[in-house]
Amino acid sequence: MSIEISAQALDAPTRTSTFRLILRNPLSRVGVVLLVLVLCALVAAIIMDWVAPDAPWHADLYHLNEAPGTNGHFLGTDSGGRDVLARLVVATKATMFSGVIALTVAMLLGLPGGLVAGYYGGRVDMVLDWLSSLVMSLPSIVVLLAIVSSLGTSMWISMTALGCMMAPAVFRLLRAQVHAVRNDLYIDAAKVAGLSDTRIIARHVFRVVRGPLVLMVSVMAGVAITVQTGLDFLGLGDATTITWGGMLGEGFAAMSANDILFVWPGLAMAVTVAAFFLIASGARDALQHADGGSSTPARSTATHLKPVPASAQAAAPPGEDEILTVRNLTVGYPSGEDVTEVVRGASLTLRSGHTLGLVGESGSGKTQTAFALLDLLPRQAMLMEGEVWLDGTEILRLAPRERTKRVREAIAYVPQEPMSNLDPTFTIGFQLVEPLRARGIGRAEARERAATLLARMGIRDPERVMRSYPHQISGGMAQRVLIAGAVSTEPRILIADEPTTALDVTVQSEILDLLRGVQEEFGMSIILVSHDLGVIADLCDDVAVMRNGQVVETASAEDFFARPRHEYSRMLLDAVPDENHVRPEYVEAPSPRRSAKTGEIHR
Amino acid sequence: MVMILLKRLVAAVILLAAVCVVGFVITGIGDGNPARNILGPEATNAQVAAENHRLGVDRPMVEQFGDWISGVASGDLGNSYIGDQPVADKIAANVPVTMSMVALSMMVIAGLSLVLAVASVYGRKSVDRVVQSLAVIGHVLPAYLLALLLLLVFAVKLEAFPVFGYVPLGESPTEWLRSLVLPVLSLTLGSVAGASLQARGSLMDVLEADYVRTLRSRGISGRSLLFRHALRNAAPPWLTSLSLGFVAMLGGAFMVEKVFALPGLGALAVDATAAGDRPVIMGMVLLTGGLVILVNLLVDLAQMWLIPKARTA
Repeated sequence: MSIEISAQALDAPTRTSTFRLILRNPLSRVGVVLLVLVLCALVAAIIMDWVAPDAPWHADLYHLNEAPGTNGHFLGTDSGGRDVLARLVVATKATMFSGVIALTVAMLLGLPGGLVAGYYGGRVDMVLDWLSSLVMSLPSIVVLLAIVSSLGTSMWISMTALGCMMAPAVFRLLRAQVHAVRNDLYIDAAKVAGLSDTRIIARHVFRVVRGPLVLMVSVMAGVAITVQTGLDFLGLGDATTITWGGMLGEGFAAMSANDILFVWPGLAMAVTVAAFFLIASGARDALQHADGGSSTPARSTATHLKPVPASAQAAAPPGEDEILTVRNLTVGYPSGEDVTEVVRGASLTLRSGHTLGLVGESGSGKTQTAFALLDLLPRQAMLMEGEVWLDGTEILRLAPRERTKRVREAIAYVPQEPMSNLDPTFTIGFQLVEPLRARGIGRAEARERAATLLARMGIRDPERVMRSYPHQISGGMAQRVLIAGAVSTEPRILIADEPTTALDVTVQSEILDLLRGVQEEFGMSIILVSHDLGVIADLCDDVAVMRNGQVVETASAEDFFARPRHEYSRMLLDAVPDENHVRPEYVEAPSPRRSAKTGEIHR
Repeated sequence: MVMILLKRLVAAVILLAAVCVVGFVITGIGDGNPARNILGPEATNAQVAAENHRLGVDRPMVEQFGDWISGVASGDLGNSYIGDQPVADKIAANVPVTMSMVALSMMVIAGLSLVLAVASVYGRKSVDRVVQSLAVIGHVLPAYLLALLLLLVFAVKLEAFPVFGYVPLGESPTEWLRSLVLPVLSLTLGSVAGASLQARGSLMDVLEADYVRTLRSRGISGRSLLFRHALRNAAPPWLTSLSLGFVAMLGGAFMVEKVFALPGLGALAVDATAAGDRPVIMGMVLLTGGLVILVNLLVDLAQMWLIPKARTA
């Protein structure tokens, strides 16, 4: 079965490049060299079995514990006067064999089990999962000892048992992946297309699972070999078979007379395990690469914020009533050798006490612009160009610490998705009080202020909400909490990123009313990021339209809605389903005929 | 929350019972002739049969198990086949060595992996390289091989640490620590990388979470973000990897004990295995199975304490 599986898995279109990718990885190249070395020893062991079966047992009692290189003993002799190299080579066979037994058993149990449990779920899944957690709650060493104590030291038996102990790992991996894939839409699509269950599994599941599986097999091969060696080292192995573990035990016992005797079997084992491990690491990287995944993103070497070129300094400070002015802002992310610019030369102005709407479709750079202004860009991001004037000071040219301080004092943030923006491990109260405490306000006063603000946000029982954890409140409530948090530090500017998109329609208007009220009460200026022109029309004095990282139009809200200048603005406005545009067309369009008598629809 | 804990506890007891059944079956599928082992090849068949009868192993398996489990319920683990000593006494004499070693090792791994993870998230690439090298060591050199190398270099060649032997904590705390330095080092050096990579990965995920960004926008300091918010949220997967590491460590501990000639559970288990001493083996199964289940319960508790949502799930 496992052969079929691997053939299916390798049937992916990336097949040719995978092997080459593995070999291109320097680590796995070392691994391949080591594995070839081990396989040579294996072949030599088989030949020796046939040509000179007595060689590893031949004891020369006049030459005990010889140093390496003497009397034709390349690695010396052991405490019984036997040639170390010959024994080392012969032991390769037993060790590799033990790995094969354990792996085969683990795969034979784990693969079908994981497939069945993951694909069909239900009661089968429950039973198998319980069995696997039973096996996992047994320390494998104790089980192995118990088996050896009752069934003797046969390697067949102990390695079969080890295979059973390792099966749950395979089972869990496969079960999780199969479960994830099964829930994906493309499996449903395949089902509709009439493919049989087995073909669905073969096609999709193994493509997803092969990367982790390759890694797991190699790691388990290493584990099997180290456990087998360890058992023999404890003296619980088959005494008639030469193994690295047995040699390790002999070397340890003879340490006072021959202190490097144990090094050779240890080295042999380490080399073998290293070969598997290095190839596995390379294979994983290669498969991830082939699948287009990047689960281990390289740490960016780019600086968080690049100093702005001095030549840009020429521009004059903005006018008195402009609390925040952005000129020619460019934000980029490293992608390979190049930089992908997500905001390209954006300019906009927020007038004191007014609301600016930043509109555009998703991916137009609205949120990245907002994060740049909030000094919240992720660390790989690069500020490449531009000026940001806050209260008459250009802040991008300030030292990072000073810039952050000014931004935190002046600008607050209301996020889009309320639930994911509260730390699930702390109470609402703690999260509201903490920023106030950080600003040097006493505990009692901070609590008092937080409760007052929650009440102002229309929350009826502030004390109870403050004692609650985020998972205990609703989305609308969470958004009120977040607005309360934003205004609690008395900012002059509020940047709200799609503050209502994640909420129910009924809650949306309440939140918008709240923002309007807060603005009047605290005299704040607001930048409202949204793709919803209805919200913009409701709240904003000015509008800036973004597309592909550029601001294509800035205008007063009145002008924007009445006389949009840019073609893209007109497109946005045309796309709004309002009474004048869409409804009539919809009615005029050829629609299903409705039977006058029955009300049934005919197509 | 109490209900969840009760449920977990019941599940744990059922699991432990199942572990005991499995252990009893495994140790009973052999020839079931311990008297021959005890009395040696010289004894007559009649003597062997009489001894087997005295030990009670000629009865049906179910009856034997019933006997054993009711003994366990009243705190009696039976007597060893060798020397007729109570199993509980034998285990109690050897538990402190193994537990000192394993507990110290777990503490070192927990502390060091957190420090390395934080250093690797906020620090230089050299930390990553150290962790990755440690990961390779952990895979390539099992604890017993590491122990042999450490023994050769530090105890035999440099004579910096005792070659073997164990000093009880009550006798001399400093000597106790000295006798455990090399064993603990052998058990931790390879395992620390796994826990550290786990912690680093989950820390990186949390630091990219929305709420961390929002907290940052409120002016919460980087230190508070990391130590108060991020570490707490990142802890669950790390705790799980620690508990898995604990199970894996027991095997390594048995072998490391042999290298440093420590009179721990490993020595007891190996002797019992070689002699087919079923009551002692069953005692070990019960003890280690119970320990593993206890550790998992502790991890559950820790997660409930850290993550409020886990209290209701």
